[in-house]
Amino acid sequence: MGEEEVGQKRQKAVVLVLRAAAFLATAAATIVMALNKETRTFVVATVGTTPVTASITAKFQQTPANVFFVIANAMASNHNLMMIGSDLLGLDYRGFKLPLVAILDMLNAALLSAGVHGAAFMAQLAKNGNSHARWNEICDKFQGYCNRGGIAILASYVGLLVTLGITVVSIVKLLKPKPQPQPLASEIEVP
Amino acid sequence: MAMSQRATAILATRLIALIATLIAAVVMASSHEKGSIFGAISYEAKYSDTPAFKYFVIANVVVTIYGFLVLFLPSESQLWRLVLVFDLVLTMLLVSSISAALAIAQVGKKGNSHAGWLPVCNQIPKYCSQTTAALVAGFVGLVVYFLLVCYSIHRDLDPFLVRKN
Repeated sequence: MGEEEVGQKRQKAVVLVLRAAAFLATAAATIVMALNKETRTFVVATVGTTPVTASITAKFQQTPANVFFVIANAMASNHNLMMIGSDLLGLDYRGFKLPLVAILDMLNAALLSAGVHGAAFMAQLAKNGNSHARWNEICDKFQGYCNRGGIAILASYVGLLVTLGITVVSIVKLLKPKPQPQPLASEIEVP
Repeated sequence: MAMSQRATAILATRLIALIATLIAAVVMASSHEKGSIFGAISYEAKYSDTPAFKYFVIANVVVTIYGFLVLFLPSESQLWRLVLVFDLVLTMLLVSSISAALAIAQVGKKGNSHAGWLPVCNQIPKYCSQTTAALVAGFVGLVVYFLLVCYSIHRDLDPFLVRKN
């Protein structure tokens, strides 16, 4: 039937576009956070008339939550890339692909959610500090680092929303009745 | 497995998940301790000092209420597919809350020398151990909810094409 085929093709196109969007968002988040580095020189003391300066570097590796953020987004973008590749190449494992894709999409959504929330709360701590624990805020000194981190977290949130949409589509595909293999007209024997 | 045995097993699993998230929320919310920095300045550490711990408590309270309401759903109802969707969404909520609380707790325990943040667990050891216990309970709740989601998908969506119709 032409209508069913058109509907299926449209669904495939929609999923492909969503996956491309998720891949771009998570890849952007990975790259922006992985290249996030800022060095500032501060005057710490004055000996006589010459100021003594010390240069401090803020890197993403200094915070374990940001490291996890980079790893989670890298794995999610890799997963989306693999899925786009397998869709374009037409790889199909005769029915096992559907549950596998749905389960992997769910796992990626959970992984992305964990990564982005850890980094988001660490960023909130860096921006506001915590007066109860005497932790000073650092975003007033390292504005570029904080801005880039914020952009990466935003991109990852967008990727998370799109991944949720993809998961919904994958699960809905599982709900559809599976097409049973119909015997060919020539095989039906009339007794 | 007979149907009633399976239903009882699922009920028991949901009960375990409910108890785990309840323990996580209660233990985290009731943790407070008075400490002092350098013996001079005294302060009280509560869970509401950090938005991450507040998020953890709120997320676990939401999941506990949902888990309590789901226990009353009759097992023949068609709403179990909706329960699958809610299970999935709430599992992701639990994952995010544990990740956020763990990130802040790690800074509290080890500090961050690059940012000039000192570890605070030496002054408030009881608070730190209670928070750790709440995180462990939250993790147990997460694992049980993940298993429940896997089982719901297996029963409702038939991913391995076991049913013939």
